[in-house]
Amino acid sequence: MNGFEFPTRKGMGRRSLLQALGVAAVGISFGGLTACGKSGSEKLAATGEEASLNFYNWDTYIGETTLKDFKDASGISVNMSLFATNDELFAKLRAGNPGFDVIVPSNDFVERMIESDLIVPLDHSLIPNLKNIDPTFIDVPYDPGRKFSMPYTWLTLGIGYRKSKVKGVPDSWKYLFDSPEYAGRIALLSEAGDVIRLGAKYLGHSVNGLTPEIIKQVEAMMIKQKPNIKTFHEDNGQDLLLSGEVDVVMEYNGDIAQIMVEDDDIDFVLPKEGSQLNSDTLCIPKGAPHPKNAHLFINNLLDAEVGKKIAETILFPTPNAAAKALMPDSYKNNPVIFPPADQLAKCEYASYNEKLQPLYEEAFTRIRAA
Amino acid sequence: MESWKNHKALFAAVATAPLTWLILFFLLPLGIVWLYSFGTNQGLTQIDISGTFANYARALEPLYLGILWKSVLVAGATTIICLVVGFPVALAIVFASDKWKPWLLLGIMLPFWTNLLIRTYALMAVLRTEGYANQTIGWLHDKFGGLMTLGGLPPPGAYEPMHLLYNNFAVIFGLVYVHLPFMVLPLYAALDKLDKSLIEASLDLGAGHLRTLLMIVAPLAAPGIISGIIITFVPALGAYLTPDLLGGPDSQMIANVIERQFKRANDWPFGAALSFILMYATFIAIAFQAMKARQAEARQ
Repeated sequence: MNGFEFPTRKGMGRRSLLQALGVAAVGISFGGLTACGKSGSEKLAATGEEASLNFYNWDTYIGETTLKDFKDASGISVNMSLFATNDELFAKLRAGNPGFDVIVPSNDFVERMIESDLIVPLDHSLIPNLKNIDPTFIDVPYDPGRKFSMPYTWLTLGIGYRKSKVKGVPDSWKYLFDSPEYAGRIALLSEAGDVIRLGAKYLGHSVNGLTPEIIKQVEAMMIKQKPNIKTFHEDNGQDLLLSGEVDVVMEYNGDIAQIMVEDDDIDFVLPKEGSQLNSDTLCIPKGAPHPKNAHLFINNLLDAEVGKKIAETILFPTPNAAAKALMPDSYKNNPVIFPPADQLAKCEYASYNEKLQPLYEEAFTRIRAA
Repeated sequence: MESWKNHKALFAAVATAPLTWLILFFLLPLGIVWLYSFGTNQGLTQIDISGTFANYARALEPLYLGILWKSVLVAGATTIICLVVGFPVALAIVFASDKWKPWLLLGIMLPFWTNLLIRTYALMAVLRTEGYANQTIGWLHDKFGGLMTLGGLPPPGAYEPMHLLYNNFAVIFGLVYVHLPFMVLPLYAALDKLDKSLIEASLDLGAGHLRTLLMIVAPLAAPGIISGIIITFVPALGAYLTPDLLGGPDSQMIANVIERQFKRANDWPFGAALSFILMYATFIAIAFQAMKARQAEARQ
């Protein structure tokens, strides 16, 4: 087989590292787009603002024609720039908004940005399509009542595996964290917070109930397991699995769903101990130059038909009930994209904890140095 | 030669732009990061420059010193391999015909035209378990393995792919691959200026090739060797992409830890302290080298 196929592959995971390349160009492209914003300023949109919008999104995380359709409908042209990690998004906004109107942070970063006053409350009267959202996504712990963020997708971490290379179904975090059974064929995510929290989940704790003692315990377990781990991946676990480099990998369900289309020897399981839920959301950063356009755009993305086209492309679970209803059964009833409710009940959103984050990082540094 | 002091206006006109650039975009930001290293986090986005040394105290804990030492070893191994491989390459270019020289130099510089990330991914395609290296060796193994029976040896078993990726070997291999041009170019510059009649004299007077290389060529090329070592070692010490992508679970280098402080840990003061420890160490090494050079000059 060809060992180097993934750059040409369509539908890569939104956080794949190769996309850092696209991100490197963002600085340049952004300078360019402020310029085009000015030149188009004679033309006003129906919102009374100039007809442009700056959208900061993950790569491969929008429908193929979504932006064009929006322009045809509203006359507003969307300039999309890309980021690869939440940390990058946060670092860029931390020093002041460089001109973005709509951003797509994950749940814990929504908390962080509310706390550090980087995003503004949304005007629900301008977002009538909120009615399309599944009610379970409205009152979420990280943003009760959806004052600041609108759900765009949700996802969960689990174990992707190669069926022919494992015995039965590796349905426990044990196989990743605490067992030599798949020695040398394991890859974990290189995210200190996720690894430590899920280690604690395996040991029977809530992902939001960690203490320094539990972190120590997880650290000891991981140091013991380290010789069995092949690598800590940069959210390209699906590529490692597809190329046969590893056989069990910690990865997001949507990323594994994308490669299952290409290789039917691959499957995904949500471990029986439960897992961590994530949700990517649409927010308006403080100082956005076109807040009215931003509301119009967010409302457009929550439309049933638009949401369907996005879901068809990115294959991540959608919180948009009206869009989901329009999707084919192969998506709606896919147990990888939509794990069974009883399994999801054991999953939690991890909230951001300012005190513990440095401890996660230090424990992870120690694990890697051991 | 006239001193610049006689043409102060001209000198000022020429130097103002680069000096302003240097101060505004290099020294000033660096100074801010230096101040951060004496700060403490206040909430999520504010840093209070409190003048504390706590960040440095933490950076000097055995955990971080151990990682720093490991990074020095990896960068040192990279530099030595680059020197051993790069020296003959530079010599070969020096002695190549004038027709070939520009092409050979172009060949050395060509990789710079490709982004480091792309080159690293290409290397991953070569080194992975089902990559080109293992495929080629596996093919040779299957084709010619049978020949071993002719020599009376037992036939080899099925080919077991080597684990070339995700370990420290891959990190050093990747670093050598990336940094080799940094070594070859200064070596070439130094060797090219070398008076070739000295080599002929040495050979005529009965010294062997190796002795000529070690006692005539190497000392004369010493400035090139030293600058080659410095501009290979310093970036290799700060490498983070290569260990991130090619390394295994224990291949973290100090730059990976620094990167995590600025991004995931959101602990800029500690990240700043770690970077400045690296910078102080580099400064001390260069100062030490300069002092040695001055002592050597004084003795002559």
